[in-house]
Amino acid sequence: MSDPLNAIPGKNRIAFDGPASPRSAGWTRPQRVVLADRDNPLPLESGVMFEPVTVEFETYGSLNAAKDNAVFILHALSGDAHVAGWDTDWEKDGRPWRKDRPGWWDAMVGPGKAFDTTRYFVVCANILGSCYGTTGPAEVNPRTGRRYGLDFPVVTVEDWVRLHLRLQDFLGIEKLLAVAGGSLGGQQALAWAINYPERLRGAIILAASARLSAQGLAFNTVGRQAIMSDPCFKRGCYYDDTPPLGGLELARMLGHITYLSYQSMEGKFGRRFQNGSSPSFQLNTEFAVESYLEHQSRAFGKRFDANSYLYISRAMDYYDAAAPAGGDLVEACRAIHARVMLISFSSDWLYPPDDTKQIARALIGAGKPVTYVNLPSAYGHDAFLLETEQTTPLIASFLKRM
Amino acid sequence: MAKKQRWDHRLIFDLVRPGSTVLDLGCGNGELLARLQTEKGVLGQGVEADPVQVAAAITAGVPVYQSDMDLGLAEFKTGSFDYVILEKTLQTLHQPLLVLAEMLRIGRLSIVSFPNFRFQQVVDNLAATGRMPMTKALPYRWYDTPNIHLCTLYDFLDWIREQKVGLVAGYAWRGGKLNPLSLPGDGARAEELLFVLQ
Repeated sequence: MSDPLNAIPGKNRIAFDGPASPRSAGWTRPQRVVLADRDNPLPLESGVMFEPVTVEFETYGSLNAAKDNAVFILHALSGDAHVAGWDTDWEKDGRPWRKDRPGWWDAMVGPGKAFDTTRYFVVCANILGSCYGTTGPAEVNPRTGRRYGLDFPVVTVEDWVRLHLRLQDFLGIEKLLAVAGGSLGGQQALAWAINYPERLRGAIILAASARLSAQGLAFNTVGRQAIMSDPCFKRGCYYDDTPPLGGLELARMLGHITYLSYQSMEGKFGRRFQNGSSPSFQLNTEFAVESYLEHQSRAFGKRFDANSYLYISRAMDYYDAAAPAGGDLVEACRAIHARVMLISFSSDWLYPPDDTKQIARALIGAGKPVTYVNLPSAYGHDAFLLETEQTTPLIASFLKRM
Repeated sequence: MAKKQRWDHRLIFDLVRPGSTVLDLGCGNGELLARLQTEKGVLGQGVEADPVQVAAAITAGVPVYQSDMDLGLAEFKTGSFDYVILEKTLQTLHQPLLVLAEMLRIGRLSIVSFPNFRFQQVVDNLAATGRMPMTKALPYRWYDTPNIHLCTLYDFLDWIREQKVGLVAGYAWRGGKLNPLSLPGDGARAEELLFVLQ
């Protein structure tokens, strides 16, 4: 996903609720817990038994006495556990980008919002291999005393869910009211519903498919190649030196294009020049769209780790909900007990509506009730972050009837 | 779509057995399915093409699948629902016979309702004005009507006979009242019709 605060055509920033607003989740603080250690390593899909693993997570609202009001939100490629509210610890944790902005889905999580924190206990956790507090390639490997880099094991969407299930256990939640996520987060929600059907009652999946298309795989490989061909990459051992920022920024620029749409780019930039109104006959930044991508990717480079980008985009490639059932998605969906709501967006070309609809078709084929809607939007893949006015009543009423 | 009068809604509600499974094609805002779910314990599934209506049905608490049934209903398994309902939607379909055949395949019983184009008022209105007829059940002008495949009672009975479809029951909305289908009189007297097929 791109930066939701900067992706609206014609607007540079969307208004958000300050920490004192009655609609804000308020001040938040990340928590960390060790969920895999020598006695209880995390089995990965690759066969590796991995430990130790720390998970960073945040919670909002309170768990009721029956422990049946918990909603687990799953984040996408560049997301983190800070889904809403304002991070108290931004300075201590060295995350200055959190100073002036709330969490990544703040418009959806808070009092009176879609995920209403006065009704629900909302949990969000950073995924394995990321760089926001959960163990990832930038952490020190206790076996070697050096940072993992490319010694970090390859992780998958199923591995993330297996780890987050341990967080569900740690929090004492037998059955989640729902899991919810967009993009790669939507795929985690689907994996949760298929792999652990008894542990949740509902799954809300936005802008996601059962598997990434060949086109999506192609974009991802170019992004990784950009990182790995940066001379600063040094096979992932760049932590004591200059990181491969050029490559990471290039990967982000490419990714960012796939999160927008023809329409949203025309609306936001068109062919506008960054300075003046005519060509200046030079090869440096000339058009507004160039300047935007450069600015956005530089900001991203400051807050993301190149190795994490490689690992997470690879997990995105590998995910295929039908694979464990021999490629038969209907067969894979038979395991699901949760009620499923699928939302696609008309201009999304990274996870196109027809791909989301395939999950709905498979659920119908498996004899399950399904809710699927393709919402009209010009925002492309980022619509799952931006079309909050459209998605809020749908998600709110789906949750209420869970 | 013809303006939905309440009579077929009520009749369908009464016909559906409590606790059964119901597929409502063209479920609109989900009103019928929501009632069947809460009052009759039905397991419902809606299909609707219009995203605005789909959103309304979701808000009504109905599982609804956004899809254009003119493209087929192959994802639904044979015999997977007790009832398949097509309430005043047949005349708006590009592929009415395909959808009817799919209903008979998917449902143990199919319920279809539609306006009768041979209804005497329709014919009179056409004859008197020389223009496309407008009645309570057909409240549109020629250029804004969603009704592209209107038929009469006898057109429909022809299809039933030709396809050897099982006719379980027929009902006519006549003179503001619900009546069992009566032939040949309802050919001209019925304003709207409802059939239960298998």
